[in-house]
Amino acid sequence: MDPVVPLPAAAPVRTRSGHYSFWRLLREGLRGQRGWRPAWVKAAPRPRYKVVIVGGGGHGLATAYYLAREFGITDVAVLEKGPIGLGNVGRNTTIVRSNYFQPPNIRFYEYSLRLWESFEQQLNFNAMVSQRGTLNLFHTEAQRDLFTRRANQMRLLGVDAEPVTREGVRALVPLVDLDNGRYPVLGGFLQPRGGTVRHDAVAWGYARGASERGVDIIEQCEVTGLRRADGRITGVETARGFIGADTVCLAVAGFSSRLAAMADVRLPIETHVLQAWVSEAIKPVLDVVLTYGAGHFYVSQSDKGGLVFGGAIDGYNTYAQRGTLPMAEEVAAAAVTLLPGLARLQVLRQWGGIMDMSMDGSPIISRTPVAGLVLNGGWCYGGFKAIPAGGMTTAHLIATGNPHPLAAHLGLERFAAGRTLDERGVGPFPYAH
Amino acid sequence: MPGPARIAQGLLTDPRRPVSFRFDGRQLSGLAGDTLASALLASGRLLAGRSFKYHRPRGIVTAGPEEPCALVDLLTAAGREPNRLATTLPLSEGLRAESQNRWPSLRCDVLALNGALSAFLPAGFYYKTFMRPGWAWERLFEPLIRRAAGLGRLEAIVGRHAEPAEIVHDHADVLVVGAGSAGLAAALHLAGLGLRVLLSEQDSVLGGGTLLDPRWHAWRAHALGVLQRLPQLRALTRTCILGAYGQGVFGALERLEADESARFGGQRERLRVIRARRVLFACGATERLIAFANNDRPGVMLAGAALAYLRRYGVAVGERCAFFVNNDEAYEALFALRAAGVRVVGVVDRRAVSLAADRAAAAGVPVFRDSVVETVRGRARVRAVGFAQVSGGPRRHLVADALLVSGGHTPNAALATQLGAPLHWEAAIAGFVPALSPGLGALAGAARGEGGLAACAADGVRAARLLALELQAGAPPTADAQPFPPDERQTPLLALWDASKGPRGKAFVDLQNDVTVSDVHLAHREGYEHLEHMKRYTTHGMATDQGRIGGLLGAGVLAAARGVHISAVGQLKPRPYAQAVPFAALAGPEVREHYKPKRRLPLHAWHERAGATFVSTGLWLRPLVYGDAAGWEPVLAEARHVRRAVGITDVSTLGKLEVRGPDAARFLDFIYANTFSTLAVGRARYGIMLREDGMMMDDGTTSRLAADQFLVTTTTANASAVLEHMEFQLQANCPGLDVVLSDVTDQWAQFAVAGPRAREVVAAAVSGIELSNAGFPFMAAAAMELAGIPGRIFRISFSGELAYELAVPARQAETAWCALLAAGQPCQLRPYGLDALNTLRIEKGHITGAELNGNTTPADLGFARMLKAHGDFVGRHLAARPGLQAEERLQLVGVRCLSDARLRNGMHLLEGTAVGPGLGYITSSTPATADGRWLGLALLSGGRGRIGETLRASSPVHAESVPVRIVSPHMLDPENTRVRA
Amino acid sequence: MLRIPCPFCGVRDEIEFRYRGDASVARPAAQADASEFFRYVYERANPLGWHAEWWLHVGGCRQLLRLERHTLTHEIRAVAVAAAAEPAR
Repeated sequence: MDPVVPLPAAAPVRTRSGHYSFWRLLREGLRGQRGWRPAWVKAAPRPRYKVVIVGGGGHGLATAYYLAREFGITDVAVLEKGPIGLGNVGRNTTIVRSNYFQPPNIRFYEYSLRLWESFEQQLNFNAMVSQRGTLNLFHTEAQRDLFTRRANQMRLLGVDAEPVTREGVRALVPLVDLDNGRYPVLGGFLQPRGGTVRHDAVAWGYARGASERGVDIIEQCEVTGLRRADGRITGVETARGFIGADTVCLAVAGFSSRLAAMADVRLPIETHVLQAWVSEAIKPVLDVVLTYGAGHFYVSQSDKGGLVFGGAIDGYNTYAQRGTLPMAEEVAAAAVTLLPGLARLQVLRQWGGIMDMSMDGSPIISRTPVAGLVLNGGWCYGGFKAIPAGGMTTAHLIATGNPHPLAAHLGLERFAAGRTLDERGVGPFPYAH
Repeated sequence: MPGPARIAQGLLTDPRRPVSFRFDGRQLSGLAGDTLASALLASGRLLAGRSFKYHRPRGIVTAGPEEPCALVDLLTAAGREPNRLATTLPLSEGLRAESQNRWPSLRCDVLALNGALSAFLPAGFYYKTFMRPGWAWERLFEPLIRRAAGLGRLEAIVGRHAEPAEIVHDHADVLVVGAGSAGLAAALHLAGLGLRVLLSEQDSVLGGGTLLDPRWHAWRAHALGVLQRLPQLRALTRTCILGAYGQGVFGALERLEADESARFGGQRERLRVIRARRVLFACGATERLIAFANNDRPGVMLAGAALAYLRRYGVAVGERCAFFVNNDEAYEALFALRAAGVRVVGVVDRRAVSLAADRAAAAGVPVFRDSVVETVRGRARVRAVGFAQVSGGPRRHLVADALLVSGGHTPNAALATQLGAPLHWEAAIAGFVPALSPGLGALAGAARGEGGLAACAADGVRAARLLALELQAGAPPTADAQPFPPDERQTPLLALWDASKGPRGKAFVDLQNDVTVSDVHLAHREGYEHLEHMKRYTTHGMATDQGRIGGLLGAGVLAAARGVHISAVGQLKPRPYAQAVPFAALAGPEVREHYKPKRRLPLHAWHERAGATFVSTGLWLRPLVYGDAAGWEPVLAEARHVRRAVGITDVSTLGKLEVRGPDAARFLDFIYANTFSTLAVGRARYGIMLREDGMMMDDGTTSRLAADQFLVTTTTANASAVLEHMEFQLQANCPGLDVVLSDVTDQWAQFAVAGPRAREVVAAAVSGIELSNAGFPFMAAAAMELAGIPGRIFRISFSGELAYELAVPARQAETAWCALLAAGQPCQLRPYGLDALNTLRIEKGHITGAELNGNTTPADLGFARMLKAHGDFVGRHLAARPGLQAEERLQLVGVRCLSDARLRNGMHLLEGTAVGPGLGYITSSTPATADGRWLGLALLSGGRGRIGETLRASSPVHAESVPVRIVSPHMLDPENTRVRA
Repeated sequence: MLRIPCPFCGVRDEIEFRYRGDASVARPAAQADASEFFRYVYERANPLGWHAEWWLHVGGCRQLLRLERHTLTHEIRAVAVAAAAEPAR
């Protein structure tokens, strides 16, 4: 399932953040940590680039990195309205997995998972990819059947998935109350290779890798307009002046509709808030990523010790990146029901990220009606785990003009054609996905 | 040995009521009214815990919820509760607490080794190593890091039932947050105007700063007296506003006092949801630390905390106290400690000029102006303080056992910023102050940057007037105003964040997460120079205290490194929650057995008596099978009895909607893909309903009870979704139609009597209806009477047998059911459960939720011909899209197992020995009633064209693979002779 | 948390309502072609700012309300009953 892409010679290394290693740490330790240099160059905009990527989040930075690394295209700028990495790549619950229903989605997310597995060695940045396993619990026979179907589909595609008995669940997560008074746990399915990744490190790692290969990462540079001529993109208006480009890629999930509107494109996307929480740090109590099947709740424990957990979107259009109270009550109730031992643990923080919720719940990597304008968006709940594959396939689309085979199903045309990828079968209602 | 001790009578402690407690196993004693921290100090103990990363010994730094260091494990009936703040934990008899993050003991901690290695463990070191070999992270490094990280340990003792918890809803005209001089003055003013005021205070007593100044005690007593007499003013102590959520909604956490907790069955907290027309933030300011080498040593404490321990608990935090300050307010602690007889060995003041310093010098305290503390000596406790003049000069020392620090006060802006208030830099206090837009509320007192209790109180009144005007409250009462004791004149502070000199000795900006000045510099050097990047790279401000006393220090150090003013760097964005909230409190009472409501059938009690096993489907509890036996046998016995004789089952969970009005038929024609306007009165018709995207939404039978009255049935799972869909379509897209929708699901109980002998049973029980095929044919509907109960009868069948469904008012369900059972006795009528119902419908090829999965079209399920050729209906247009017409779509088929093996739902269908994604999957399966061999329904790519083929049904996760024949989904009686019998 | 002023029931918390999406798009006439229905069902302006939207008061009067709500501040500036809903102002 490896990508069929050319591997050109590595681009010249520009920054001198240098190689990270245990030995370098030792050396720097002896000289007071004075030898470190910025992880990425704080570039100023040039008047023109071959490719301008709008959005310095996970997907934008990864796209730039793979454009440079896989396709030798280094005349690239990543424009970010604030500092990089503080949108959804810095606000998610850090989970990676590839357990999906639809075969194209399994293939795509599995490709991403494989790229995660070599992330650190390839980027020389420890993002703490931790394949501790993701365990989905089921509570009804109907749910068991759905998960069986999904796990079998994964296995048929060469992806790992294992059924877990009730006793197996107890062994993996002693905190789970199997009977819990309302929806007993009947069992679960484990994807052993699923897990977590330190989210900030992903943005920083890609930024460093892209910057080293010659990409300009330009912070504090908000895009205010998309300039077109004869139905073709010619560049972007920014807070720091006009920047010309042959190709402009939007990688601004949450704000895709707003940016696309600058080119008079309407998208099958609504913006919704997805919340997350973190508890105080405690000694290890949970060794897998766990999802509850009878309510909105999933949880993992970070390496620092806090339980990171979340639920579903609030369910109405919003650009407010903040938490709400009703969802907190709902998620906490599910947590205490499934894991009663958490009752006295304290929750520290609540926050929200705004998501591109697409009309079928699947992402969009696509050309648009405007020539030269490429969209990477519509990530719904799947944006973080998809970063490597999203970046790679978007880079492929930009570099070759054709969709990557693993992302060919993610084009915008699927909606009008009736070839939507509706994982959960809820229909064209983003607020219900 | 010098150290802290109780030296005076505290405002809150009762010397006649000693309280014994245990800390790290040692029996100690405090007083009623103490916190754990004050009791530990009173017992002469400074050491409270070990730090997160370097495991440095840590003491008590503050006297309130901003505490970064004195976190303990609390041992209770609920188990071991980690990270409780000793500074707010009320002391109670028998309390047991243990220090955290140390092994084997607090005094001797092996991982203190990390401190020695700290040169090699700078901020973010883990991003740069542990990368090879690839397998080593999960198996070696991560487990080590995880074990070392985390502070407390959670060990829960879990009972079988939900612990008591509650969520209370409050309403007010004005929510006043904080009951210091500003909040109290404002609340009294607003309530005096007749406004409903809710005053919340996180402390256990009202008063804030007035508690610490004896000159204000009379004012405070008077204010509390007035408060008692104002019924429209409610004051909540121990209540922290957790977050501001907009639209006047606030979440608050109230911690119950021990005796109230006992009265409420052990309930510990109460979550309050407050809705207020306006908010007044009088939530004060938090004293901040200054960065200098070893500013974390036990005995280094905030000056205001020392004052609080003395006034509130009568505890002196040291015997020989030194001060390090940059402001006049901190001198209050100095004067108070001296007055109480504590020796003050000197004040190091950053400023050259200070009125308070002059007064201290005049009183004989050595004052070292224009100087800063550079380091602290001592390891487990402060032994001496090294300081020097800012302009240079030799380092001098003060021998001291406590160093009381004050770097100024930062307004508590978290809640206001959550409401979108922008922050602006206020040089006079060296802090960020929020500006709340009018219409939301106001800020007052120290939260707005005011200093001095009288100035704050006056500001409270000012803000209250403003809000009263907005809310158009009446004129203020003139009488009863108590004058404020005047504030002392003060010299302004001089901003000071970092007094550390070079890299020697750790100077902390975040005590809990062990973030040092050098870490901030390193972050800057590596390009993590935006405050939010620095925070994430170093973990500054991310611990349980959320950087309350050190947050701005980090920003100050970063600003200096970047060479910009701190106002260009900003302040960390505070998110909810203002205090850590236990899961239990946030969750409220709807947990565990109360997690979701239980919908019980009208006949639930009867089913229970009949020995039914219940299953939760959605909210419903439904009888799955009757009797104790496990496995398929009892299910097949029930199903076979239906095929052979007759059975009865409870189908009351089906959604039932009445559609009435002159336009009812037109409306149903729009909602359904097939036609209902041609349906005759007294007839039923199977209908399919699409979503606007052309996918199947639901199915069911609809009966025409009168020309303008239809009864729609929906699947159990989709009952509420279909109702909402119909309501939406009616109100949004058919506003001209005269139709009324009523959900009558709960009003009617409904039973299916199915089997070759169903007619005999029904005929014996029901009157008012002639049941012959001519009189009451298949798909007929009529009124009837059963055991004297007027009801409805439908000749519809889900099982594939001759069947009737009888509906009676829910309250008479048991009478009707028992009458049917009695009438059916000669025919051996027996109840059957959901599993048997499922077996019967699979054999017949009827679909349910497993096939109506939201991704199937009418054509996929074999209903293409039902779509009406003319007229608009929901889903019509988009159903024509090419992707919904494609040949390779998954189509409904039947599968019959060709061996004795079992089938499973979720098995995939493959050709021969093929590998790859497969051609489709089994949605429903069951052993056949006839021979026990497995059969099922499946969604198969191009399925109808594959009927007759042999495929492999495979479940890799069970290592099963069985040959199956693809057949028509109508595996039983395709000619419908049985249902029409 | 949204507080929605229902014309029939008074100000109520959001949890009583079911969101039904963008109210600025109208269902095309029966004879319209598939592309118009495609735009109606799939394409959204998704504005940062004022948004016309449907809310069904399922925990109250079960009336469909048309709100104008700001998607950043969540302020609600207009509420109308669906049947009478005309763009306010």
